[in-house]
Amino acid sequence: MSERHETAAGDGVLAIEGLTVAIRGKEILRGVDLTLEPGRVHGLAGESGSGKTMTGLAVLGLLPHGARVAGRIALAGRDLLSLPPKQLNAVRGAEVAMVFQDPATSLHPMLTVGRQLTEHMRHHLRLSRGEARERAIDLMRKVRIPGPEEAIGRYPHQFSGGMRQRIAIAVALACAPKVLIADEPTTALDVTVQAGILRLLRGLCDDLGLAVLLVTHDLGVMSAVADEVSVMKDGLVVETGPRGQVLVEPRHAYTRALLDSLPENAGNAAAATAGAEPSEGEPA
Amino acid sequence: MSPTSAPSKDREGGAAPDSRKAVRGRAARRHPFARFLVRRIITALLLALGITLVTFILTNLVPGDPAAANLGQRAIGDPAIVAQWRADHGLDKPLPQQYLVHLSGVLHGDLGQSQQSHRPVADDLAEFVPATLELAGAAILISLILGVGFGVVAALRRDRLPDHILRVTSLFGISVPTFWLALVAFYVFFYRLQITPGSGRIDPGMTPPPHVTGLYTVDSALAGQWDVFASAAGHLVTPALVLALYTIGLLTRFTRSAVLEVLGQDYVRAARAKGLPGRVILFRYVLRPALVPVITVAGLAFGSLLSGTVLVEAIFAWPGVGQYAYKSATSLDLPAVMGVGLVVGVVYLVINLIVDVLYGVIDPRVRLS
Amino acid sequence: MRRRQTAPRTGGLLRRLPEAWRRPLAIAGGVVAIAWILIALAAPVLAPHDPLAQELPRLAPPGPGHWFGTDQLGRDILSRVLYGARVSIPLTLLLVALSVLIGGLLGACAGYFGKWVDETIMRLADLVFAFPTIILAMVVAAALGASLGNAVLAVLVVAWPAYARVTRGLVLGIREREFVVSGRLLGFSAWRSLRVDVLPNVTGPVMVLATLDIGTALLLLSGLSFLGLGAKPPSPEWGAMVASGVEVFDSWWVATFPGLAILTVVLAFNFLGDTLRDALDPRTARAIKERAI
Repeated sequence: MSERHETAAGDGVLAIEGLTVAIRGKEILRGVDLTLEPGRVHGLAGESGSGKTMTGLAVLGLLPHGARVAGRIALAGRDLLSLPPKQLNAVRGAEVAMVFQDPATSLHPMLTVGRQLTEHMRHHLRLSRGEARERAIDLMRKVRIPGPEEAIGRYPHQFSGGMRQRIAIAVALACAPKVLIADEPTTALDVTVQAGILRLLRGLCDDLGLAVLLVTHDLGVMSAVADEVSVMKDGLVVETGPRGQVLVEPRHAYTRALLDSLPENAGNAAAATAGAEPSEGEPA
Repeated sequence: MSPTSAPSKDREGGAAPDSRKAVRGRAARRHPFARFLVRRIITALLLALGITLVTFILTNLVPGDPAAANLGQRAIGDPAIVAQWRADHGLDKPLPQQYLVHLSGVLHGDLGQSQQSHRPVADDLAEFVPATLELAGAAILISLILGVGFGVVAALRRDRLPDHILRVTSLFGISVPTFWLALVAFYVFFYRLQITPGSGRIDPGMTPPPHVTGLYTVDSALAGQWDVFASAAGHLVTPALVLALYTIGLLTRFTRSAVLEVLGQDYVRAARAKGLPGRVILFRYVLRPALVPVITVAGLAFGSLLSGTVLVEAIFAWPGVGQYAYKSATSLDLPAVMGVGLVVGVVYLVINLIVDVLYGVIDPRVRLS
Repeated sequence: MRRRQTAPRTGGLLRRLPEAWRRPLAIAGGVVAIAWILIALAAPVLAPHDPLAQELPRLAPPGPGHWFGTDQLGRDILSRVLYGARVSIPLTLLLVALSVLIGGLLGACAGYFGKWVDETIMRLADLVFAFPTIILAMVVAAALGASLGNAVLAVLVVAWPAYARVTRGLVLGIREREFVVSGRLLGFSAWRSLRVDVLPNVTGPVMVLATLDIGTALLLLSGLSFLGLGAKPPSPEWGAMVASGVEVFDSWWVATFPGLAILTVVLAFNFLGDTLRDALDPRTARAIKERAI
């Protein structure tokens, strides 16, 4: 793991404190606390409906209509929840970015990959067309898309699922954000490509000093890449700690139950369990 | 949408540029859409053939002797003349052969003789078609602008006051009998309030602009005759609006549901997560995919517009195909009615072809795969 | 996604129906539609005058004794409008019922049997779709001769393909589902599986389309009569009455009231249909809209 960020650890780049979310009177989150640190992958585990995804969406202010939010989401001294829409929009994509579950639906089918890579760079960073293009090619190379010069002129449907998710990651990284929220980034993918995506995320996190919030229901994925692990249940974080501790000697009964429900070898073979139960239907 | 559908294509670590795939990609880039279009054109041609068959069969279904209808009172008494006439027009041959004769006539632009105007139907149509195209074209333009605009507003203000108002008004739009609305508009705006010009395409006493396209607004603008243009545009507004009302209602409802569906898509949420401004998201991310079902309906709606012209032209004395069709149908002038059916059917096919091309322009998946 | 659809869909529609009926638009539409049907039944009781009797002053404006005024032959327009409901409403309902029956049957056959049956029926439907409705109806009406019956026939010719397309699409979607396939495997006949498994799942969407189509059919029918290709002169048909108003259009009441009658009937059924459509699940609703207009 990255030693050079050791000093920064502790204060955290993004701090969620007492986050509550209610939709139509129903409490989805009941006081969530989380701290993300640069260069670290923070895994957020839990079953469907435990509020993992809502936590990720709340950071970007993308909760469904009619959701009521309270608490504090601090990013570099500002509270994102009390930011006016215009300033929040300047944070989205630029300082905090997101990768969604299914790249087949999260990339626009009618816009070229290059367009989707450059438009927010040009908006946030005020780059010229040429600069943005160059940077887009760079990004495509960084996420290991073959033939990036040619690839940026193509459309998402001309890529395979794993390649699409790599592109979606490139899109998220385009404006050099400090925080990346990855919502089940491997769930919709083929088992054979999941490990590659996770390795890519891990590498980017280390190289760029990104703070990553990895939302997943899959403890196998979790054990493969996360530094810290938080476990959620019914809108609350029931346990937080270093991966080794949470996944090997869980303190909370619920975490233990989760671990017990896994196949024997869950702890070490990440990719093996990853594709076993793709929950495509409903995002948690 | 199974993500596992193409596992072999995406082996991890396949970072080496696959130049073979790239070349194949380029070669296949134009062809699928071309093949798609060729298929649609062939379908359209077959349908056009079907239309000639239908018109032909209907002509033959009609009781009554076409010779009697076309020859004078005196000639009908002479069997020799009648036989000669029938032979001249191929009516002594068996039906399939008659159809081939009919078809070759159609292909040579011979649609028969109108019993009313005693002119070739093709000449009549050439005179009346531009007027109707101008009217229907203006109406579809108005419908697209207002219908799509209203639909977007309704979707963005879903379940709030603007949405409810637009819902009721668009349902009114598709419920009003066009012929009655035309009459009411004519009575109120021309007869009572006198704020719109009366019937016809331009003010009486004004000379039509030199014929280029046959569309008075376009021709007068081309010739720089702005007084004629103003008059033609003024005469066009009311009938076009009356005609458009139904389509506006239709397109409002469709655009609303199309936009709502797109708004729920993941890629719109992803665009928000990128911090793009709302207007960029609306125009680039939402409107474009929403337009796919909307143009389908707009293409189909053009058919209902052409139907509407029959009714609207009758009220506004608009010298177009609708009036011609109406007069021909009521006087049982069959060659004329069939000619109209053929022309209108073909126009409709062309519109559908344009819609298909637009699919490809809007959606790269149609174009490229 | 696919797996979730295996459950028959009618249950969903029926469950959502009561909620749909409570919407204000549905209530308004329902009330007006029922009122018109009652008027059609009770016209002889309600009408103050004989709709055909030319006994009043000619072209009298609305006033006491003749609330909607009189036409150029001295007939009471109110009575004619009320009697008009007896002409238009039953014919329109019959028309839609027949198109549902013919189109639904042909569409179900096309979808269920596929192959050449499908090809033949759907190409025929395409052909009809290639003509704008009024023009085709005009051609048919002109060829058969102008009469109300022929106008109904003409509208029927243009109306059935919409149902054929919708039913075909729905049947295609249902045919491959487990409960239909398993029925076939159990050795039930094609006819039985059409009737027992397929039909109930198709009824909901088709009923919605039919409700919306009542308006369209009435507009077409009265449009043909307006053009003189439908009802013949003394008949108090609304479209024909509007047409007679064109000749005397400064006596505005002659054309206005029959036009309003058409508008209210069509609007009522469209209010109903639009609400019912919302009650259907969105996927089916969109399929209906795309195939039917």
